Order: sequence, then structure tokens, then C-alpha cells
Amino acid sequence: MFYLEETNINTSALQSNLCNERAGGYVSFEGWVRNHNHGKEVTKLEYEAYTPLAVKEAAKILQEAQQKFSILEAHCVHRVGSLKIGEVAVWVGVNSVHRGPAFDACEYIIDELKVRVPIWKKEHYLDGDSGWVKCEHCHEKKV
Amino acid sequence: MKDIEVEYYAILREERGCKRESTTTTAQTPRDLYIELQKKHGFSLSIDNVKPAINDDFVDWDHHLQTNDKIVFIPPVTGG
Repeated sequence: MFYLEETNINTSALQSNLCNERAGGYVSFEGWVRNHNHGKEVTKLEYEAYTPLAVKEAAKILQEAQQKFSILEAHCVHRVGSLKIGEVAVWVGVNSVHRGPAFDACEYIIDELKVRVPIWKKEHYLDGDSGWVKCEHCHEKKV
Repeated sequence: MKDIEVEYYAILREERGCKRESTTTTAQTPRDLYIELQKKHGFSLSIDNVKPAINDDFVDWDHHLQTNDKIVFIPPVTGG
């Protein structure tokens, strides 16, 4: 299950969706809005998504995690819109019979999401400036 | 000539100044169309840092465009 959320992510409700008597454990990752980036003070973030393809690609990543790791279920939720410092921007939750695959799957999902899912982050800074965050996995080559 | 619907996101939306537009083009591929639109609107992103999607699926730069396709040029993603 993946969806885009326009209001606060309720992580405890999401965790309870993963309660499963067959599971021996649950691993989650929460990405939070921090108050600085590359030496600049950040006051808030905005996330924008190309919704139809974001949902499709994230669902594909969750399906891949199911195939690669011995897990029971994998869920992910990503915020869109304006976020304040400290808010949860992304949540990943995985349950499994044994803990190892849940850790591995959780890491796989967040790593793949960051490079494949069409979602963009704009930072607003204390000095009034703002900018789209530069990608850390792109080419430098110019046309 | 083909009628293509172009949708913009993030930095490309801001540089273009609109969310979507219809364009009539002789471009045969997403590559031709991005080069054409980049010249016209001065997009800052190199083609190497953009990915094309047609009708909500990723495609190759050499995909054959068809009239009434919806195309999105996807800037480098920064979710998470």
C-alpha cells in the first residue's frame, strides 16, 4: 500500500495496520523535516508530486521489496503540500517473521523511493529565499 | 504535426510559468520536443537530468510521440 497524504501522517495508525500474528517484528522509517540543509536554516518544506506516476512507481517498489525479501507486508506514505519543521515527510513500515528482511526491505524502499518516485522538495529558508532541492544522484553534464 | 499536452512539475513548472499547456509540434520523440521547448522557454535542466513520461508511464527518449499524448518531463526527483 502506498499513498500520498495531504495532512499529518499518523504513524501509530499506520503501524497498527501492520499488526499481524505471523509477524515477529516490524521495522519503520520516518523521514522528518529538519531545520537546516547545506548550511542554510530551513523554515519549511513543500512537496509536489506527479501523482499518477508517483503512485504507480511506489507501488512497483513495494512489490519489488515483497519479491526480494522474505517479508509479510510493506507500506509507505509520503506527504505532499507544505510541511513544518519536525513533521513526518515520509513513512515506511515493513513486518516480517524475522527482523533481518524487514530491515533490508525498509532500507530498499526508502532508497529506491528517493531516486525513482516523481516527488519534489522545495525548501524555504530563514533569509526569505527558497529553492528546489538539488538532486544528489544526477549528472553534472550540460546540454 | 501533432497536438501534445505538456504537464510541468516543480522547477520546470516555475520556469514555464504554468502547470500545463497544449502544443502543436513536428517533434517525433520526447527528445525532439524537450529540445524544442527548452530553446523556446529557456529551461535550465540539461536533458541528461530529465526523464520523459507519456500518459503516466516512463518512456525512452526515442519513444514515438502520437497526437493527443500527455507528456511530462520529470525533473530530478527529491522525495523522501
